[in-house]
Amino acid sequence: MSGGAGSAAGGPVPAAIETRELRKEFGRIVALAGLTMTVPRGEVFGFLGPNGAGKTTAVKLLLGLSRPTAGHGRVLGAGIGDVATRRRIGYLPELFRYQGWMTAREVLALHCELARLPRADWAAEIRAVLELVGLAARAEGRTETFSKGMQQRLGLAVALLGRPDLVVLDEPTSALDPVGRQDVRAIIGALRDRGTTVFLNSHLLTEVERVCDRVAIVDRGRVVAELRMAELTRESGVGIRVTGPDGVAREVAARYGPTRVDGEWLFVDGIAEAEVPALVGALVASGGAIHAVVPTRQTLEERFMSLLGAPPEDPNEYETASVGRETEQ
Amino acid sequence: MTTIEAILIIARLTLREAFRRRLLWVLVGLTALVVGLTWWAFSRIAEVTPITGAVQILGVSQVTVMLAFMFSFVLAMTAVFAGAPAIGPDIENGLLLAMLARPIRRAEVMLGRWLGLAVVLVVYALAAGYLELAAVVLATGYAPVEPLTAPLYLAGESLILLTLAIVLSTRITSVAGGAMAVVGYGLAWMAGVMGGVGEAFNNDILRAAGTLARLILPSDVLWRGCAGALSPSERVLGSAGVNAGIYRFSPFSGTAPSLLWLAWCLVWVAGAMSIGIFLLRRREL
Repeated sequence: MSGGAGSAAGGPVPAAIETRELRKEFGRIVALAGLTMTVPRGEVFGFLGPNGAGKTTAVKLLLGLSRPTAGHGRVLGAGIGDVATRRRIGYLPELFRYQGWMTAREVLALHCELARLPRADWAAEIRAVLELVGLAARAEGRTETFSKGMQQRLGLAVALLGRPDLVVLDEPTSALDPVGRQDVRAIIGALRDRGTTVFLNSHLLTEVERVCDRVAIVDRGRVVAELRMAELTRESGVGIRVTGPDGVAREVAARYGPTRVDGEWLFVDGIAEAEVPALVGALVASGGAIHAVVPTRQTLEERFMSLLGAPPEDPNEYETASVGRETEQ
Repeated sequence: MTTIEAILIIARLTLREAFRRRLLWVLVGLTALVVGLTWWAFSRIAEVTPITGAVQILGVSQVTVMLAFMFSFVLAMTAVFAGAPAIGPDIENGLLLAMLARPIRRAEVMLGRWLGLAVVLVVYALAAGYLELAAVVLATGYAPVEPLTAPLYLAGESLILLTLAIVLSTRITSVAGGAMAVVGYGLAWMAGVMGGVGEAFNNDILRAAGTLARLILPSDVLWRGCAGALSPSERVLGSAGVNAGIYRFSPFSGTAPSLLWLAWCLVWVAGAMSIGIFLLRRREL
């Protein structure tokens, strides 16, 4: 099984995932109102949304585990639910369990068999994924004796078997400690490097922010925004602690972008990094005294909250780029 | 992956689970115990009174049929306990979610589970059945009319109950589905008894009720076949002064089912499994 970033002979490679107005109803409850999105090949795609937004329902539809009420979609070029295509997909469910009477190695062997990997490759495949997720020492342990974190590592190993073209991870770090989360980030990075598409369903915005190339924010069963993480970074600005004649600094800074003032701090949004020295020079020339200059950026959480109609607690609260913030909802 | 390959993967998985969870060892141990006790008990009977006269033969045959009925009940319960949690719990705890994301269909999972458990039940029914009959024959010298077919009927009866339990497990909790299958088994047996009474006394309503019950759940068809196979010959019955026609309709006797009824048993299993697959395919995971 090969990585998915290469082009197929004779034509463009279809998107990893493409959906049009995908809808799912459970009786009178509309779980997914009309999901339209495109996940390009070889990217790490974050799928975000509040609880009940329809994220897990969407994942189940994409994998053929549930049937759409309306709409259509394609995964790796085939219609959703195509049985043969599932050989090229790795999946870590949000809530899952493996046969408790089996060892980790046996669970992986079962999934090698189900995925129809050549039997000669099983041992090497199993060894590789166990090493990758840090479970090599517990390969012969029965899974019913595993902690939740170890179960999640095993689930990740199962999803990575056979070098799938698309890996769908539904809350892959929810049961992991900080070390485990770092490991998962490294694994996702390695997957991206080898051209695997990763569809990451998570409510841990900081996790998503750190690993994803692109995110879709879903609310009430619809995608309300789709953005590249690079765009979020481009929308960054600068914060300058400046003292001097009243109002002059803001007047000068307004030439470089939208400004906000918070005490002695002057924030300029959307300014290019290359323009910052010129801004600082202009402020000094206008009589301002510069005490500090720090880059700022809007966090994914702030964007997420603004899109879903709930503004951050303090609209002026921006975070310096050098300081991370763990956010769990 | 072809359908057969996928079904065999799940069947092997089910067999391994039965082995690992010690179900097979429990059945082997219980079989050894029951066969030993059967041989001991029938040897005591033979010591008390030589099994030579027609009445003694009739007596031994009745105890043998009672033994088979007990075994039939144990098999039915084993089938229900094995089948009732075969699908539902795997959906509820997310086990099937991970498996069905692989190139395998729900129908293949269902058929594989059925096949794996069916192998366990058939092997147990035949091994234990033949060993128990051998113990009876060795201890008493009693030769039923068709000793070789009796365990086959019991195995078939257990497959019908396994099918019922698995089909119910696609939509109903294990406890509720198991209870329904057990009650169904009891009602089918009782309806068979009433149908037998209808036959014996030429009562159309009872006869029709018995037939309807057998159509709905044909487990009693096969139990009657087993009881008939273990019964004494008509010559023995005649010598003991028992009317063979009346005897055939007692709760612990019977006749070999017609080919039509045997065909219906096969159709019933296939039909029930089709319904079960339909229900499983429509169930949200």
